[in-house]
Amino acid sequence: MDLTPQEYEQMVNEQSKPSPLLRDMVWAFVVGGGICTLGQVILEFWKKTGLNEKDAAAATSITLIGLAALLTGLHVYEKIAKHAGAGTLVPITGFSNSVASPALEFKSEGLILGTAAKMFIIAGPVLVYGIGASIVYGMILVFLGV
Amino acid sequence: MNGKRMGMATIRLERPPRVRAWAAVGGKKEKEGPLGAQFDAVFSDTMCEETTWEKAEVHLQKVAVSMAANKCKLPISALDMILAGDLLGQCVASSYAARGTQVPYLGLYGACSTMAESLAVGACMVDGGFAQRVCAVASSHFCTAERQYRFPLAYGGQRTPTAQWTATAAGACILTTAADDCAPVRITHVCFGKVCDLGITDANNMGAAMAPAAYDTLHTLLSDTGTHPNDYDGIFTGDLGQVGSRLLCDLFSRDQVDISAVHDDCGKLLFDSKQDVHAGGSGCGCAASVLCAHLLPQLADGRMKRIILAATGALMSPTSVQQGESIPAICHAVVLESGGKR
Repeated sequence: MDLTPQEYEQMVNEQSKPSPLLRDMVWAFVVGGGICTLGQVILEFWKKTGLNEKDAAAATSITLIGLAALLTGLHVYEKIAKHAGAGTLVPITGFSNSVASPALEFKSEGLILGTAAKMFIIAGPVLVYGIGASIVYGMILVFLGV
Repeated sequence: MNGKRMGMATIRLERPPRVRAWAAVGGKKEKEGPLGAQFDAVFSDTMCEETTWEKAEVHLQKVAVSMAANKCKLPISALDMILAGDLLGQCVASSYAARGTQVPYLGLYGACSTMAESLAVGACMVDGGFAQRVCAVASSHFCTAERQYRFPLAYGGQRTPTAQWTATAAGACILTTAADDCAPVRITHVCFGKVCDLGITDANNMGAAMAPAAYDTLHTLLSDTGTHPNDYDGIFTGDLGQVGSRLLCDLFSRDQVDISAVHDDCGKLLFDSKQDVHAGGSGCGCAASVLCAHLLPQLADGRMKRIILAATGALMSPTSVQQGESIPAICHAVVLESGGKR
């Protein structure tokens, strides 16, 4: 075929519809913002029960993680995420979904080699580089003597 | 002409093997698609009442083979050979489906081109006299393919507009010899494709990766046989989807050949654009089930006289994609004709 990869790439770009960025961003903004607002409501609730600011924040995270895991199990989370994209991916609920979904999916290979081994297949890199970055940041702080 | 070969790569089958019977089975989404009513059996439960999706795919394949064999009133044990393929690592759906049949078995892997590959290999075997009754079968399952190639089903990800939807389906054909007058369709030519790679690395745009392979094989077949696209009632590619189909027409238009009037794609036929499948269907089961549910019946009753099935496959693996390799693709073509003896 007398066609270079570069020429073909240009043909492919002309024929491949790009993602609808504006629509995706509006969805992400609305749903992501909605999750954050829900988080604030949950935080106020925990504070009202008598928890201090720090404990109420931790309880809020736990509640959101639990809710997201529940919605993942009920196959609701992915239906929202299909439209919301980063709006459901970035909040802590996205992290919960990324751990709960492989845990559920791979249970057919058993609780050890399936659920446990595959649980962090998506979230693993976030943990590795998140914790790695925090170590580097901590060392900088130590050396700067802050 | 050298033996049965003509031109660059086409094989003319001297005693065109027949397609005696066929069966297509599908899942819920396939049932809701435009071809839903034409399937021989559909399963609303994605698990097919099994315990894992892999077992469900095995079940789809078993049902397709037994229904096709039943239609020609043959026990499965009367088959000389089963040629089967699927998308799973080590071709397990096919091997587990063939387990217990006690029929010689070859597992084939051509990704989504597998149905054309198994038909072509089967036709050569029958024409060569190496077998008299061959079952060609291919299957795919959305859930088994997703977890192998992409993400867990419940993971909240977004699919790009160029992504395709793996069909939950299987198709099986029983091939017999040229002497079988009861068989309504015959295979006259086959063309095994070459691996083509024009550097596409986006695993969510497989239509684009496969279109050059489809062009290459179809171009070879047409020039080897001295035919023109309009000599066929239809040229059906397997699983190029919307994007790949447009690219294939573009590639032919560079040669001043317009195939758009006769071209259609199994990935576009299987699902409706409203079914949220983005660029269309894919998977071994897509071309296999469209062939068995939609194309073969039309050839059998004479609504179509001669068609090309050119099923395409993207031959990457999750590992090769992660290592940054581009996606090699292949297309195998089979010429199917309606009717009895010449």
